[in-house]
Amino acid sequence: MTSQGIILSGLDGDRTWRLADYVKRGGYEALRKIIAEQIPADQIIGEVKKSALRGRGGAGFPTGLKWSFMPRAFPGAKYLACNSDEGEPGTFKDRDILRYNPHTVIEGMIIAGYAMGCERGYNYIHGEIFEVYDRFEEALAEAREAGLLGKNILGSDFSFDLFAHHGYGAYICGEETALLESIEGKKGQPRFKPPFPASFGLYGKPTTINNTETFASIPYIIREGGEAFLALGKPNNGGTKLFSVSGHVNKPGNYEIPLGTPFSVLLEMAGGMRGGRKLKAVIPGGSSAPVLPGDVMMDCTMDYDSISKAGSMLGSGAVIVMDETTCMVKALERLSYFYFEESCGQCTPCREGTGWLYRVVHRIENGLGRPDDMDLLNSVTSNIMGRTICALGDAASMPVQSFVKHFGDEFAFHIEQKKCLVPPQVQYDGSKIYVA
Amino acid sequence: MLDIEIDGKQLQVPDGSTVMEAATKVGAYVPHFCYHKKLSIAANCRMCLVQVEKAPKPLPACATPVTNGMKVWTHSEQAVKAQKGVMEFLLINHPLDCPVCDQGGECQLQDLSVGYGGVQSRYEEEKRVVTNKNLGPLVSSDMTRCINCTRCVRFTTEIAGLMELGQAFRGEHAEIMPFVEKTVDTELSGNIIDLCPVGALTSKPFRFSARAWEMSRRKSISPHDSLGSNLVVQVKHDAVKRVLPLDNDAVNECWISDKDRFSYEGLNGPDRLTRPMVKQGGQWIETDWQVAMDYLVQGLKSIKSEHGADSIGALASPHSTLEELYLLQALVRGLGSDNIDFRLRQSDFSMDGLGRGAPWLGMAVADIASLDRLLIIGSFFRKDHPLIAQRVRQAVKKGLKVSAVNSAFDDWQLAIQNRVTVSPVEMVRALGRIAKALAIETGKALSESFAESLAGIEIDEGSKSLAVSIASGRRVAVWLGNQAVQHAEAAKLHALAQEISRLSGASLGVLGEAANSVGGYLAGALPNVSANGLNVAQMLAAPLRAYLLLGLEPELDLADPVSARKVFQGSEMVAVFSAFKFEGALEYADVMLPIAPFTETAGTFVNCEGRAQSFHPVVKSTGDSRPAWKVLRVLGEGLGLEKFGYEMIDEVRASVLGANMAVDPVNLDCGIAEVPVNIDRNTSNVLQRIADIPIHFADPLVRRSPPLQATSDAEVPRARVHANTIAMLGLGNGIEVRVKSARGEAKVRLSEDNDVAEGCVRLAGAHPLTAGLGSLHGEVSLERA
Repeated sequence: MTSQGIILSGLDGDRTWRLADYVKRGGYEALRKIIAEQIPADQIIGEVKKSALRGRGGAGFPTGLKWSFMPRAFPGAKYLACNSDEGEPGTFKDRDILRYNPHTVIEGMIIAGYAMGCERGYNYIHGEIFEVYDRFEEALAEAREAGLLGKNILGSDFSFDLFAHHGYGAYICGEETALLESIEGKKGQPRFKPPFPASFGLYGKPTTINNTETFASIPYIIREGGEAFLALGKPNNGGTKLFSVSGHVNKPGNYEIPLGTPFSVLLEMAGGMRGGRKLKAVIPGGSSAPVLPGDVMMDCTMDYDSISKAGSMLGSGAVIVMDETTCMVKALERLSYFYFEESCGQCTPCREGTGWLYRVVHRIENGLGRPDDMDLLNSVTSNIMGRTICALGDAASMPVQSFVKHFGDEFAFHIEQKKCLVPPQVQYDGSKIYVA
Repeated sequence: MLDIEIDGKQLQVPDGSTVMEAATKVGAYVPHFCYHKKLSIAANCRMCLVQVEKAPKPLPACATPVTNGMKVWTHSEQAVKAQKGVMEFLLINHPLDCPVCDQGGECQLQDLSVGYGGVQSRYEEEKRVVTNKNLGPLVSSDMTRCINCTRCVRFTTEIAGLMELGQAFRGEHAEIMPFVEKTVDTELSGNIIDLCPVGALTSKPFRFSARAWEMSRRKSISPHDSLGSNLVVQVKHDAVKRVLPLDNDAVNECWISDKDRFSYEGLNGPDRLTRPMVKQGGQWIETDWQVAMDYLVQGLKSIKSEHGADSIGALASPHSTLEELYLLQALVRGLGSDNIDFRLRQSDFSMDGLGRGAPWLGMAVADIASLDRLLIIGSFFRKDHPLIAQRVRQAVKKGLKVSAVNSAFDDWQLAIQNRVTVSPVEMVRALGRIAKALAIETGKALSESFAESLAGIEIDEGSKSLAVSIASGRRVAVWLGNQAVQHAEAAKLHALAQEISRLSGASLGVLGEAANSVGGYLAGALPNVSANGLNVAQMLAAPLRAYLLLGLEPELDLADPVSARKVFQGSEMVAVFSAFKFEGALEYADVMLPIAPFTETAGTFVNCEGRAQSFHPVVKSTGDSRPAWKVLRVLGEGLGLEKFGYEMIDEVRASVLGANMAVDPVNLDCGIAEVPVNIDRNTSNVLQRIADIPIHFADPLVRRSPPLQATSDAEVPRARVHANTIAMLGLGNGIEVRVKSARGEAKVRLSEDNDVAEGCVRLAGAHPLTAGLGSLHGEVSLERA
């Protein structure tokens, strides 16, 4: 955990997550300021717009714009949901935020509730991280105790309550409408959009859903101003961002750095390549982002626009680093299996297509590939992409397309020679835990 | 209105329309599986992807709202590519076992795969296999064929009202299944067979007996409940193979109940009467029509001459056709008697002569959708009227508030805002309280005939909130159910319901028990008070010499089976006109005439909204059986009666309905002349029987359908009693008990049911086990068996 930013800075592991520590770090100042100065909601949303904060969950949608979609005049309940259902392979940033700095998420959500006129929020926490869920519940209790949550917050007439809700480990519940279904107690399956959650969300009421890290950025923006946040990053890519670096690096972990930092710097921070091996490929934004060859990646800066220009996505900021000992077919086989297992089964192309993709990649990896299998993979993925209810179909297809595109020779070698281009012994050596 | 262009054709559609609706309007067929006009939109099959101008990717027509100026191409290159892509995915795990699949020939997947499927599959891996589920005796499952469109899931949840099916598991492992160890028990379950676009759900009774293209499709009308569902009867080699719904948005929409769908299985059972039979020297002898008719004519003539015409009486089933009912009453009246009735389960006839017309629903069935308040009195609503209940269920979702006064409730699968549960003996008082509360709420005065009798009644919270509810409606209806009509004080209930309707500005309606509950009135198949005719109760109380029984099984279809049996045993002649042999007839009848069931005769049913629906025979008569209208016509001629020279059924029909063959609305009226209502103040502390007529026991045909008799709706009757009453009696849930009435007893199992009014025993009628109790209501006692 290294931070040059705002969310994880000044923390000392498990010891500084409580309310008192957070207040010492300037926590809840933003909320107090809003309440004390009765800052109008429009101004808060304006500030968020100014900060150029973009959704940290993966899609990178401008947060201020999203907030402005909420029908403020709508009579009756409006909801806020925090998406902490972090299931994307390679991503582990929200877990650390909730574990080490839960109050920043709570404060961010209260401010969001204030700005959008919501009276109730839910934090949907990934099913496998129960200790984080328990801690969040404790943090909520602290906040309630301190009058920061519940009725008449800090003596004002603004009321907002927040509840934790944990999932049961389905990746699809990280899709925002599936998350809403799951909170409602139904099977986690995405809804067809339109209608969008801003008009028909949780229990059919207007709802805004943001990522944990997005909410965690809000207190800083309000405290220091949108421009200060923007200045941390680069234009249209405001602020700092957490990157979960994993794979063949010496120091995997979460790194909070300004957007626009060169990838090479991030790699340096993560201790460089394991054993000094050559960088082969990087998945820059979580498993569903297209893979990029190492040399392409070395020319990128870590921000939405640069990665997008290179042909991939910043996504959730999960940087999976692969060195030369990696068999790309095997890597894709594992990824494809994940999507095959996690498809919700609701709509046809994803339900049937993800299994097909996995089986084809599986047979290539196992020496049973056929000459036209690469074409088949491209054709099946193009039949899935853009044809499904949610983005999981695309998420399953993009890795396949990019692996085949950038590492086609490895696939071809597999199909022709019935074996890996990277010799098994090299793979085996590479998989050994390296002690620096 | 929004402008849209589909495949180059311009049209305007109302706001909120989807592309699919617009395409249907313009006649552009968009392939689809999960979309169904009556179900919510799932957009999960993705087959209906179409190209939309400015959209980066194809959009599902079923779920995409039309925007002004939208341009859509349903068969462009992009659209067809997407549709073909989806079809390939649908087929990779589908077994493609069309030759052995019962859906073959009428399968949406098979049909569309011709247009959108590839010649050869690119998928060479192993296919998915899904274990079959036991969905009960009506629906068969082959789940490997399922394409997960979830139509069946949405049907049970949205239309039938209870989620009995769901999609379990994820991704490729997703399967449609009922809850663990449960079956699909809704009385509308057969509709999921029609909805299933593949062969995953097929009809258990029908499957493997014919191919879709081998059968003719013939229109008919359901002879069962009072809705008169429109049917398509499918016929092969002059045998009914299956029954499907015929779309009629004004009546049954695209649904039918399981009773309508599977009753045909009872048509040709072993006890079907196929030849006329006469009893000679205690022996039944099969004979021909000539002999049987001569026998009957001579019998009737001699009884008439010896004892007078008024010693002859006729009872007809309300499931008989309008023509049959008309001819039967014409025959009886031609003989000089006025003893005719079709209201078999009714027991209070004090309203006779006061009514202004045939009791009917008081409104069109289709207008249920626009009701905002509804009061249902004395009805096992969901099971007695499955599809009317379905309409109410949909209306409730749009804001209709339902209140109900009943002696026992089933789960109606719809929200009931005000629920009043009272013992049958308290029913009149309960309505009195509501009428009084309503008068206070609306500030209108009670009618004179009620002012005095309701003076001493205290209103309670329940009646007050019910009154507030119905008084606040703009389109209000008050309906009397079968229980209310069969009630011992039916006339008082009717009068009070009329008062409640007047006070709340509601339309008053009677739901009606059978296919011709309205038609019987129009045909005049009931006694004239002025002519001193006897009603059914009087005919059974004062034994007559001769009885003509048309289409009923007295032991199960009459309000008081015990007296019926005795009376028939003692009479000189009983002539049974029936499609089936039954035990009682074999015992006391003298002649049995095989008449045609609805599939073998032409006729007309007038449904609860007064819609006269005529139908033709769909198959030839079985054996020697004849349509009853022809039998009655010949009998009338044989007896030398006038006006029996009909040659066509249309002439009979016109005698009732007039030249335009439709019910004159003037003849439909629930109103009765005002009668003073005394409300007894004493309440009984003796147990009262409540008798429902279970859906699959209600008429002779449905009773004989083996698959329906295997459903949970046809379980052996239990004595259902409130827990407090069980405790008070010192009995225990689940034990065997003897239910005793003044007439007899029945041994059944006791079952706790807190939706039954305290101090009551709910025990189904129309079942051999309970027939011995006599009356459907009245005092009973319970003891450990």
